[in-house]
Amino acid sequence: MVADNRGYAPDVRARLTADADQILARYPEARSALLPLLHLVQSEDGYVSPAGIAFCADVLDLSRASVSAVATFYSQYKRRPNGEYTVGVCTNTLCAVMGGDAIFDRLSERLGIGHDETTEDGRITLERVECNAACDYAPVMVINWEFFDNQTPTSAVDVVDALLEGRPVTPTRGADTVATFREVSRVLAGFEDGRADEGVGAGPATLVGLEMSRAKGWTAPAAESGEAEDAAGPTVEQAGTEAVGEPGSSAEREETTPADESAEPVTKSEEKGSSE
Amino acid sequence: MTTLAPILSDIWDAPRSWTYATYAEHQGYDAWRKAIHTDPTELVNAVKDSGLRGRGGAGFPTGLKWSFLPPPDGGPRYLVVNADESEPGTCKDIPLMLANPHSLIEGVAITSFAIGSNHAFIYLRGEVVHVYRRLLAAVREAREAGLLGTNILGTGYDLEVTVHAGAGAYICGEETALLDSLEGRRGQPRLKPPFPAVAGLYARPTVVNNVESIASVPTIVRNGVDWFTSMGTEKSKGHGLFSLSGHVARPGQYEAPLGITFRELLDMAGGIRDGHSLKFWTPGGSSTPILTAEHMDVVMDYESVGAAGSMLATRAIQVFDETTSVVRCVSRWTDFYQHESCGKCTPCREGTFWLKQILHRLEAGKGTESDVDLLLDVAGNIEGRSFCALGDAAATPIKSAIKYFREEFEQGIHTPAWELFPYEANAAFSGATA
Repeated sequence: MVADNRGYAPDVRARLTADADQILARYPEARSALLPLLHLVQSEDGYVSPAGIAFCADVLDLSRASVSAVATFYSQYKRRPNGEYTVGVCTNTLCAVMGGDAIFDRLSERLGIGHDETTEDGRITLERVECNAACDYAPVMVINWEFFDNQTPTSAVDVVDALLEGRPVTPTRGADTVATFREVSRVLAGFEDGRADEGVGAGPATLVGLEMSRAKGWTAPAAESGEAEDAAGPTVEQAGTEAVGEPGSSAEREETTPADESAEPVTKSEEKGSSE
Repeated sequence: MTTLAPILSDIWDAPRSWTYATYAEHQGYDAWRKAIHTDPTELVNAVKDSGLRGRGGAGFPTGLKWSFLPPPDGGPRYLVVNADESEPGTCKDIPLMLANPHSLIEGVAITSFAIGSNHAFIYLRGEVVHVYRRLLAAVREAREAGLLGTNILGTGYDLEVTVHAGAGAYICGEETALLDSLEGRRGQPRLKPPFPAVAGLYARPTVVNNVESIASVPTIVRNGVDWFTSMGTEKSKGHGLFSLSGHVARPGQYEAPLGITFRELLDMAGGIRDGHSLKFWTPGGSSTPILTAEHMDVVMDYESVGAAGSMLATRAIQVFDETTSVVRCVSRWTDFYQHESCGKCTPCREGTFWLKQILHRLEAGKGTESDVDLLLDVAGNIEGRSFCALGDAAATPIKSAIKYFREEFEQGIHTPAWELFPYEANAAFSGATA
């Protein structure tokens, strides 16, 4: 059942609490469990429901506002009931150029919905997604976060038609069939579903360099028995200790190690750290 | 001529490559069995001497990063693996973890032992559920084999590994935003210093490393420092995955010594797709300045790509041919940075919003006379003034694209990009196959 603002029925709450205990056991500090708990809530309700927010707040002794503030930051947490299948079309630059925009437009036309909208039957939520780290398979579609590589408008419509008719669909790299949004949300909460051994290890583009190496007899250098040599120790300089992080985040706590007073030297390359 | 060197990718074509059994048949965990009987300082020094540099973008020396941890004080210290691969164009860590998650887990074990950590975290982006399944299974298998958990191999060393799924936020690839996210908060970056080495996860000493960096550690331990340094160039040692995508004949993963040239890689990928020519490319994702056909012979190491005016970063080589509108590409990348700006600092939050408005009208052929200069002005006011590297990254494609293709932006004052460069001509499919 989808619970209302008053919270979950006692049996549901008991079951979720048992799951939450397992999640909390993975972390040294309880609050780290919040992201998996939000995935867990989505596995129950199909979105981050008011009851789910209350549940997370109770489990972690946080305010509901604090939980909502986190939930609204991340694009995978849904604020309205999500479709059984999230069909995401990558429309970041490379996929868009390779045909992602055309695929999105065709699916939007077929389904009669736009970005972040759900079909009336609750079957499909359509999304434009950002780069999903499969650029060598562009243009890419992801359904409930399983890869459908090298799509065309026609192939994408075929897959979506199958979903609308209730037929199972098979990703190019992923499990044998795409699980439902709720089932996948439970995996994302860190619970194995026994499907890790399904599907391929690597798709064709992943193997293209390796196959070329095999064909041409290219190998890495032969192993030697290298011995580690001594190297200079760390250079530690004094530096500022301004408060960092969001108010209340651990970075604002009291120092817990003597070395907290110092910091590594700031180097240009580190300052330039990428956001990959 | 440089040839490919499959190392991380070497067992990706084995049957059930992701399982413990397959990995064990290919010397899997031999390095861990050796390392656990080695003095941790020696391991840190070995990785330092190898010259391994961070494969997540910044290229900071990995062993040096480890050595920045303060001396043990009896409290916890952590290893956090950055598996939040989200940089547009970057697609190496996800296939690595899908095909052979154990190479990462073995690297996690060795690194944790080397830095004196008993609890490691792998922060995986949430949008790759099958990779998460494989990582969870790999950790379970390694624990069942006695290679993780308590009293590992009878040595008394304990190691817990938690694989954590994010929930969709590019900014969490920034290491301090990742830490706040892993602590159950909005993923917003922290001011540095202090660096994570001193006050990281739960304000404790923490090493944050990229997947490929950590997965490169076992073979360094197994084959030796000299083996690793026999590959690469003077200051860019070893091997790396080069990911070619876009308008090339054979996109995919090409593992090679650092120092291979762009021309060599492009040749291996079969060149630009039939009947077309190179227009521009990114050496390491959308956050690295674009390069053009005049940079074909750039040596792909940290120094040379830097000297050419860009960055090696993640070796995410996105290739665009002459049918492509650079204005459309930059406009879409800017949409991305605006969408992913965390909102913490004003230059990035406000600046990316305005850049997006300007680029949309230029793409639509409705720009004004001053728009190109306005773009440069706004980009210049984000770069170097934002809280983290995302702001700099947002300015990068704009500045580099205007540098090489200013006239194309100026055409946006009167003609839509889709008239100058019909978008249908870009796609991997044409009318018949669409």
